[in-house]
Amino acid sequence: MAEEVKLMKGNEAIARAAIRYGADGYFGYPITPQSEVLETLMAEMPWKTTGMVVLQAESEVAAINMVYGGASTGKRVMTSSSSPGVSLKQEGISYLAGAELPCLIVNVMRGGPGLGTIQPSQADYFQTVKGGGHGDYRLIALAPSSVQEMADFVGLGFELAFKYRNPAIILADGIIGQMMEKVILPPFHPRQTEEEIREQCPWAAQGKPASRERNVVTSLELDPAKMEENNIRFQKKYKLIEENEVRYEEYQCEDAEYLLVAFGSSARICQKVVENARAEGLKLGLLRPITLWPFPSAAISRYVGQVKGILSVELNAGQMVEDVRLAVECKVKVEHFGRLGGIVFTPDEVLQALKDKFLRS
Amino acid sequence: MKHEIIIAGFGGQGVLSMGKILAYSGLMEGKEVTWMPSYGPEQRGGTANVTVILSDEPISSPILNEYDIAIILNQPSMDKFESKVKPGGILIYDSYGIHTPVLRTDINVYKIDAMDAATEMHNAKAFNMLILGGLLKIEPMVQLENVLAGLKKSLPERHHDLIPMNEAAIKRGMEIIERV
Repeated sequence: MAEEVKLMKGNEAIARAAIRYGADGYFGYPITPQSEVLETLMAEMPWKTTGMVVLQAESEVAAINMVYGGASTGKRVMTSSSSPGVSLKQEGISYLAGAELPCLIVNVMRGGPGLGTIQPSQADYFQTVKGGGHGDYRLIALAPSSVQEMADFVGLGFELAFKYRNPAIILADGIIGQMMEKVILPPFHPRQTEEEIREQCPWAAQGKPASRERNVVTSLELDPAKMEENNIRFQKKYKLIEENEVRYEEYQCEDAEYLLVAFGSSARICQKVVENARAEGLKLGLLRPITLWPFPSAAISRYVGQVKGILSVELNAGQMVEDVRLAVECKVKVEHFGRLGGIVFTPDEVLQALKDKFLRS
Repeated sequence: MKHEIIIAGFGGQGVLSMGKILAYSGLMEGKEVTWMPSYGPEQRGGTANVTVILSDEPISSPILNEYDIAIILNQPSMDKFESKVKPGGILIYDSYGIHTPVLRTDINVYKIDAMDAATEMHNAKAFNMLILGGLLKIEPMVQLENVLAGLKKSLPERHHDLIPMNEAAIKRGMEIIERV
């Protein structure tokens, strides 16, 4: 039977999709513009239906450590927050990566730095893809640009997190979180049974049977030789992810003379920029990274020789633009355009910026 | 067919819920729909606005340069959005909250005294549905039956007894809107 098309906010889609993808637990703390994730889960009361735990922790730090605990037992657990709250979670995220624990983190970004504003921003790109917490680790970072993708990426995030035993993060922003669009929710997946978890997560702390040694889940290893081995193993895993999990979308790029690179809500705005530019006869295309890490460097580098310039369009002061420049190894001119602190650019502003940076003689 | 609409006024006037009902009506009609609120720290008396896009094609940007239709319900919104209506577009305002005349001559301007009509109906909450009725008279982008179905979807069931009042307000709004 075809699933019903519904109208809902991006935040609500995250919550409803989590229940349907068989999540075992959500631990969070309210913050605008993502509070509807927790609110929707509380209203839906999945503990009465699927048995999913939903808990408002006493702080973001507590919430991420509850995720650590749940993930250690092989459960599908998640948390969500917005920028300042995600900063608080960074220690826990590094520990999760160091202990190779699968989990899903959602960041519905707002303007910073500091407590900043509650309006949309994309200024947490560096924090998401270049660290955030300490140590040589990576997060699988998915950037939805529609309410439908907010729902879909909950499933994809969990899938990739468990496939690679690594935290995955959905990097959204206030626009995608707050706007309502049509969405088709996934069918109900039952939560995994204890037997299924034991089979699929032999590393999980699930109680020690007589047949094996006890499982230890930790990021601590005081012997540097062993710690280096751990790190080498992580790096091999990251390389595998880079080889297999790059996702991106191209829009009107075939004959493009100039290229926009944008993710999330910026990519939606840039679609309109492409439409408007082409109406004026300017051959513009858009490449939208869906995975921010692994970054679609190879896909972008293919435009060397084809386009005369690339504009990285972000709601920040110029973060992803560095990865775009690395991708093309400075063989084509790459510029950045952004608005800061919660102000969102209009399609006209972006098109004007493109003309100013590339088309002025 | 695509309609790019901004509804702007004071918080508490029902701006966001009017947009929501319009969005649900579009959903019922099988259209593509985007509802993007200004979600600042608004409260009753502060400014609030919502962008609603109804389209037969997939919708790109939820953030727009200019609008086909602007529904203006207070002076600050008039100051902000009068210039953002596309040439040949539509501007609808409630004269109760507007002190300055519309200066644009390249757009179609309509006035609806919804505040007065809501007072006559002894129901201040009918205000936004009167406006919606006026809009649908000028630009019937969705069928009335789909608006009522949309109302049902967007209202919690405990408020479904209010649907006949809302329907009456929509129909009254269709009668009282006038060209300026």
